[in-house]
Amino acid sequence: MAKRPAYSKLCQALADGHFVFTGELEPKKILTDGMEEVIHSAKEMKKTDRIIAANVTDGPQGDAYMCSLVPSFVVQRDAEIEAVWQVAVRDRNRVALFGDVLGGALLGLKNILVLTGDHTALGDNKQGRISYDLDSTQFCELLKKMIDEGTDYSGNEITDGKIEMNYGCVANPNAVGEYMEPEILKVGRKVEQGIDFIQTQTAFDIDVAKNFINELARFNVPILLGVFPMKSYGIAWYFDKYIPGVSVPKDLLNALKKAEKDNKGNKPAKYAALDKVNVEFFVPFIEEIKKNSKASGIHCMAVEYERLFAPLLDKYPDYAKNYY
Amino acid sequence: MIITEQKDINEIYEMIKDYNKILIAGCDGCCQPPRSINEAKVLGQLLELKAKTEGKDLKWRAITVLRQCDDRIAATTIRPFVEEYEAIVSLACGLGIVMLNKIVENIITYPAQNSMYGGVQNAGENYFIQYCETCGDCLLGETGGVCPIAGCAKHLKNGPCGGTVDGKCEVGGYTRPCAWIEIYKRLKKFNRLDLFKIYRPARDYRSATSPAYIPINKDYTNIKEEKEEKK
Repeated sequence: MAKRPAYSKLCQALADGHFVFTGELEPKKILTDGMEEVIHSAKEMKKTDRIIAANVTDGPQGDAYMCSLVPSFVVQRDAEIEAVWQVAVRDRNRVALFGDVLGGALLGLKNILVLTGDHTALGDNKQGRISYDLDSTQFCELLKKMIDEGTDYSGNEITDGKIEMNYGCVANPNAVGEYMEPEILKVGRKVEQGIDFIQTQTAFDIDVAKNFINELARFNVPILLGVFPMKSYGIAWYFDKYIPGVSVPKDLLNALKKAEKDNKGNKPAKYAALDKVNVEFFVPFIEEIKKNSKASGIHCMAVEYERLFAPLLDKYPDYAKNYY
Repeated sequence: MIITEQKDINEIYEMIKDYNKILIAGCDGCCQPPRSINEAKVLGQLLELKAKTEGKDLKWRAITVLRQCDDRIAATTIRPFVEEYEAIVSLACGLGIVMLNKIVENIITYPAQNSMYGGVQNAGENYFIQYCETCGDCLLGETGGVCPIAGCAKHLKNGPCGGTVDGKCEVGGYTRPCAWIEIYKRLKKFNRLDLFKIYRPARDYRSATSPAYIPINKDYTNIKEEKEEKK
């Protein structure tokens, strides 16, 4: 099959050979004020001239949050930065997924990130019934049918217009040792179903990250490695404890803890100390990934941590402004 | 085996509190743990005690049925008793409850159990484990005999998902095995990772749409078809 055109700015920048950055926005249990904050974050991303698109999460950790479709649209409209609309297959069957994607296409969304989604058993409405009518690979097939063939999953035609979207999947670099092969083979099935890019879960170990990227490189699909600068010790602790498969290095945890402890009661000094810890860890990390791996970019999951963008990204070319 | 769990005694009592005389029916069929005459008797005693605390005198009789889901067996066992009783409490799985309500039309049969799943008990393990979800679309031939429908919390056909850590599942606090890692290990052992790699399209849920009615073919001769061919 011929390669799908780059419909989105993200995929265009990747096709043009730029080392790209994407950010992450997390609409939680919010309405108007919360949405203002999300839009503010998105605007700060755009200001960097390095972040080309912003992921909008869909009920992370299985929590009941605002849907990802509407904020994706609002972010594109009000912050004028492209959204990577995250869609988890946890909550919707093939009928609803099809309907949502058509709606998203009508609203001008260009990127979908396909996710299985954390089980509701992990979330804040544990009693809920899961859907998983399609799994994430099958959702990729649905998107392939919608975009390339103009039909729903059963082959019924979309009567007018063509959907112009790109979609990607996630992969977990923390599947190491004997667990790496099944992870890679699973991504292979999604490649078969036409994904345009891969954004990975965050990794903190540089060798693990590089090794995983080099394994994924066999698929010849652009890979954005996930990194997670942490704006507080609390977030780092939560991430370490509750996010599947991710462990924050002890040294980094301790450094963040120390940064907070040493500057208790002095907010500006505390922020500066936390930022310093993150910069010292992630600047060389990103540089090493860029120089010595086959990654095409970085997915920076620093939600609501805009002030770190400048020190983290300033040394890279401001390619993104040509695409906004 | 059909794995059941007894309902809370208060919930059972709420259902039957307006009756004075009830029949409690155990089942000797495939329920696990056993729900036979002894369990029926214990339930009767508990309900009697509960009724006493409410100032009521509840009369009960415990019996057991070979298989409550078999209409003829259930009818011949139950019908001699029903005249005397105002309601039945059944310790069978859901199949038994529905069947007793069908064959004993003039009184209501209430459930004492929650029917959980079709499961097995392995020697030395303290669990009833769900091995099959009777999904109507058996995949075991391509998954090394490990079921991703019953064994995966998300019923994935193309796993593993990102919720597996060191071969354990995010659901249940990383204590239970990830079915897809088990499948991977089985297929790798038999040098059949080709089966692991293949993409499995979405399930056809028509095979699992409720209520299911599968016709029973009672005619195994081919004479009819031959006659039709002659025409």
